[in-house]
Amino acid sequence: MSDEIRHEWPLFEVFVRAKRGLNHVHVGSLRAADHPMALHHARDLYTRRNEGVSIWVVRSDDVVSSGPDDKDAFFAPSGDKAYRHPTYYSIPDSVPHI
Amino acid sequence: MTGEQVFEETIAKDQRVEPRDWMPDGYRKTMIRQIAQHAHSEIIGMQPEGAWITRAPTLRRKAILLAKVQDEAGHGLYLYSAAETLGADRGDLTRRLIDGRQKYSSIFNYPTLTFADVGVIGWLVDGAAICNQVPLCRSSYGPYARAMIRICKEESFHQRQGYELLMTMMRGTAAQREMVQDATDRWWWPSLMMFGPPDDESPNSAQSMAWKIKRHSNDDLRQRFVDMSVPQAEALGVTLPDPALRWNADREHYDFGEIDWVEFKRVISGGGPMNAERIAHRRRADEDGAWVREAAAAHAAKRAKVGAA
Ligand SMILES: [Fe+2]
Ligand SMILES: [Fe+2]
Repeated sequence: MSDEIRHEWPLFEVFVRAKRGLNHVHVGSLRAADHPMALHHARDLYTRRNEGVSIWVVRSDDVVSSGPDDKDAFFAPSGDKAYRHPTYYSIPDSVPHI
Repeated sequence: MTGEQVFEETIAKDQRVEPRDWMPDGYRKTMIRQIAQHAHSEIIGMQPEGAWITRAPTLRRKAILLAKVQDEAGHGLYLYSAAETLGADRGDLTRRLIDGRQKYSSIFNYPTLTFADVGVIGWLVDGAAICNQVPLCRSSYGPYARAMIRICKEESFHQRQGYELLMTMMRGTAAQREMVQDATDRWWWPSLMMFGPPDDESPNSAQSMAWKIKRHSNDDLRQRFVDMSVPQAEALGVTLPDPALRWNADREHYDFGEIDWVEFKRVISGGGPMNAERIAHRRRADEDGAWVREAAAAHAAKRAKVGAA
């Protein structure tokens, strides 16, 4: 029994909001038995010096991500849509505030 | 483009390799080995100073030392976290450490005989670690580089608290000054060994440089450390135990004496004064903590079942 569970706590990804007004940002991962323990460990591990005001923890196996191979399928279509950017439109310098 | 081409281009452009990217097997293996060794060093590195927490001379020093040792635990965990992005398993790495299948820095196999050792470790050992680690913030593997940035931010406190501790002792009694000198004598050479074997005997270095895992050679970093430490020793009022140490105006670096590589090899392969004890301590901590990990896992499983019902 002891060999089976030893060390086998699940992996959690940790996100920290550095201060009010900013997004939570991924800072790393840790092992914990459950969500409350993951939060406590995240507090000890990633916010020892006021690095944050709020923490999210997410089970790593609950994260779904695009892969490096999806890069073209996902992101290439936006490459040729220059008209989505403000610099695509030429406006005379004489026109103010635009 | 094939994964291999993407990898080559990423390295050539000085960009970061990320966990799900294709990478050569050798790169993955080297990265896991280096990160694991580094993580083990942080974890084992808690022991020499940790031994002094209960005997720190004041509450202030105790709080500082506690924070420092806690940081080292944190460094180990950031690094295990980075290793796991490569498919390594944290528990497995710990078992490899305990079984002697993976190494850690030879520096932690020396004993901490007096409280001055705590100061000298902060000054020289953390100082050498900073020299080694700052370039690693630009290492080609993203999660490792990011962990190193976090670690480097914290190391500065480690070095400064050590140096301040030593300055305080140097202002104290003659006996205290002697303790500082004695600790400096014992830690200086092992600190120089922290940079690893000389360049012409460092077999994996060329590949690691090509992959931009490493940014500077062992000897370059060692020289940088010597150049930084000499004026610090002077300001402190201690003598570095090397009669060959002198400024070389041609090289614009300090020359220094021959390192005892026989001792280095002996200590790194298990023959140092504290190797057996360090591993025994780590094994004990792992075994004594097993029931806590099991109980927490059982509790979590039970609660998940109740929640689902
Ligand atoms: Fe550290
Ligand atoms: Fe440190």
